[in-house]
Amino acid sequence: MPTATNDSDGSDGIQIDLISGERMNELATMEKIRMILDGVHDGNIVILEEGLTPDEESKLIETTMAEINPDGFNGIEIETYPKGESSNSSLLGRIMGNDESGAKLTVIGPANRIETLHKDETLISTLVSRS
Amino acid sequence: MNVNVCNVCLSEFSPVVRADTPRVLEALTMGLFTELKDSISRVTDRLFSDQEPKRIGIYGPPNAGKTTLANRIARDWTGDAIGTESHIPHETRRARRKENVQIERNGKSVTIDIVDTPGVTTKVDYEEFTDEMEEEDAIRRSREATEGVAEAMHWLREDVDGVIYVLDSAEDPITQVNTMLIGIIESRDLPVLIFANKIDLEESSVKRIEDAFPQHKTVPLSAKEGDNMDEVYDAIAAYFG
Repeated sequence: MPTATNDSDGSDGIQIDLISGERMNELATMEKIRMILDGVHDGNIVILEEGLTPDEESKLIETTMAEINPDGFNGIEIETYPKGESSNSSLLGRIMGNDESGAKLTVIGPANRIETLHKDETLISTLVSRS
Repeated sequence: MNVNVCNVCLSEFSPVVRADTPRVLEALTMGLFTELKDSISRVTDRLFSDQEPKRIGIYGPPNAGKTTLANRIARDWTGDAIGTESHIPHETRRARRKENVQIERNGKSVTIDIVDTPGVTTKVDYEEFTDEMEEEDAIRRSREATEGVAEAMHWLREDVDGVIYVLDSAEDPITQVNTMLIGIIESRDLPVLIFANKIDLEESSVKRIEDAFPQHKTVPLSAKEGDNMDEVYDAIAAYFG
């Protein structure tokens, strides 16, 4: 999993975890959710190359709710950006309207550190506080 | 069972039994009646099963007016309310069901169970409530709110037959929670109606909601003022009847 941090000791930086679709495909639903929430609990921004299925999103919300704690963790911010026609889904699949890959770039972060999270048709913009 | 089958049955009986043909016929007739009775029973069971009220979940983000709508529907058709309404988010922190709400439209009757669910969100911060209440109460409210959201998601995955998705038409509908929830509902092939609530507010824009979710029927209304409820009930009967 490629990661980036702007601070070598990690104490004052913001870590970004870019998780490939290939890596996620190897995991069961709860393993995916655990990986995301563990990262978010650590204050990281997690970017999923291919996102989650609707059912996994539902379970992510449910698990997030179970872990919210007034002493620290107050949930997640999440934005998704569906892949357009330039995605690598098959031409036939798109023509037949059955491209069910649902692949969508997804950005997830801790709600208490993400000050704004904006999305329009071509841009996801995130401002992350360090504290 | 037709005549040919009866003939086959008779030919297979022993000579002793064949000698007592009237009793055999009586037994066969009884068998036919039993079979017919079982068949009618199965059809009746299926009919009653089809007539069981569908559970319609009222979903949406916090403060969209879900409980106000649920109360409006319940009061209009049963005389009772479902829950307490409030301007403070997460007033509804448990899913509540109102059973057997019978809605009559155009001479037909549709019976549904209404499930009023807590507003769905991905974050709950107790400090949002501290302006309105003591810290201890705010913490308790936030804890209950998180449990309520999890409960709402569980209902959506397991226990509803259709969804009324309520949005505040004065707010931007294109949020991640709305997009995600509509996606989850669609993935489960549940019939969904979008209700653009709060049309009594000056800044209301129904078109913004229609443009955001063009794949679904949008019905404008004000649950608080009771505006456009006829169309609301027509749509409920058409979609969930």
